[in-house]
Amino acid sequence: MTIELILFYLAATVSLVSTILALTRYNAAHALIYLIISLLASAIIFYLVGAPFAAVLEIVIYAGAIMVLFVFVVMILNLGSRGDHQEHEWLNPRMWLMPALLCLVLFLEIVYVLSFTSEGLSGVVVAPKTVGIKLFGPYVLAVEIASMLLLAGLVGAYHLGRRYLSDARGGDQ
Amino acid sequence: MPDSVFIYVIIFGTLFGSIGGAAVLVWFERRLLGFWQDRLGPNRVGPFGIGLAFADIIKLFTKEDWVPPFADKFVFIFAPTAIMMAMLLGFAVVPYGPGLYVVDLNIALLFFLGMTSLAVYSVLLGGLASRNKFALLGGLRSAAQMVSYEVFMGLSLMGVVMLSGSFSLVDIVNAQQDVWFVFSQFLGFLVFTIAGIAESHRLPFDLPEAEHELVAGFHTEYSGMKFGMFMVGEYLGVILISSMIATIFFGGWLGPDFLPPIFWFGLKSFLLVCFFVLLRAAIPRPRYDQLMSFGWKIMLPLTLVNLMVTGAVVLWWGY
Repeated sequence: MTIELILFYLAATVSLVSTILALTRYNAAHALIYLIISLLASAIIFYLVGAPFAAVLEIVIYAGAIMVLFVFVVMILNLGSRGDHQEHEWLNPRMWLMPALLCLVLFLEIVYVLSFTSEGLSGVVVAPKTVGIKLFGPYVLAVEIASMLLLAGLVGAYHLGRRYLSDARGGDQ
Repeated sequence: MPDSVFIYVIIFGTLFGSIGGAAVLVWFERRLLGFWQDRLGPNRVGPFGIGLAFADIIKLFTKEDWVPPFADKFVFIFAPTAIMMAMLLGFAVVPYGPGLYVVDLNIALLFFLGMTSLAVYSVLLGGLASRNKFALLGGLRSAAQMVSYEVFMGLSLMGVVMLSGSFSLVDIVNAQQDVWFVFSQFLGFLVFTIAGIAESHRLPFDLPEAEHELVAGFHTEYSGMKFGMFMVGEYLGVILISSMIATIFFGGWLGPDFLPPIFWFGLKSFLLVCFFVLLRAAIPRPRYDQLMSFGWKIMLPLTLVNLMVTGAVVLWWGY
């Protein structure tokens, strides 16, 4: 076994275990920590299969920004043990049934697909420059659509927050 | 590419150098602050009082390590380690001289940004796990502050990336042979420095732990070496940000030939650390809403203007 393979299996195991733990924790903060670890593990997998740019973006954007906002919301709600109790009630075995069935279908599909593709990953390392050239070359339409979506989100957030802006606040406005 | 023994020397040199530097910085900062505030500062232990650094370490290690019974124990213990790990990992991409680096990634700049953004969790989770209102407020503030300032921090570096054509820090230093980026990217330098101070939550931007309103903010419940790790993490952050500013905007190891490159790198970083301390001595702390509106209303437009002008120049003259 090469070192890359060992690292890959280690990262994959960490990713799977932490994702399962993230799903089954009753405490929201603990679940989020496991989710962050899972994202970091998938960043390592991205790096190992030759996509360093995607790996760092996974850390900067998902682990470093989006999950911070999740933790932020958990902090604002400040649920405490009441939240744990409620989560305990929601996570009963009957709740698991339907998602587990749907996941089983997906799992069978992926096993089916994998059993027919024999070729592994090419292992070509994609430099950040290549990603940029591709993004603003053939995929420029997707970039534009994504930016429009973000702009719409921004305008929507402004609209929702506008009525609080008109109130007198402690600011220097 | 450095050979295998050499790389271990660099790795351990980086680890012990940065942690030792952070420990000495605790004393050095107080001494400089005393100097600038027209008083002596700590000068009793050893020559110039430098023994105070060791006294501080011994004190921190022998203090009672106390976890409050109401705290979330698992997260409470995990939180201080996060900032240490993230900051030390950040040092992996800093080039100290030609060939003197742990690793030269083609994504080094993004790696650095990723590590600083992971350091946020330390403050956040510390505040959350303490189950203390002051700590929670401190954590909330730091989350908002750091997520906002990370945006400008990343964007302000993109001008440098455009001019040097690479995310690799070694390439960025080499691109400054003729002129440092502090001249061609002055706006970027300004925004990155301010965002860097906010990111390492140092005075004047230490709102997460503002002691006049939040007791000690996110580390109110921490004691002993757990508190020490927050402090060391903060000082590591100062050193890391200073060495990044030196690398990205002041030409890193480049300098006149009569002294070795690592000396120039060290000198530039050292002067920037002193600048950080001077800021602490000179500038009062803003109010929290002032900090946020300053970020989004002044820093963000400035960065975007810088980005567009740099892009236009690069396209026009075709660097």
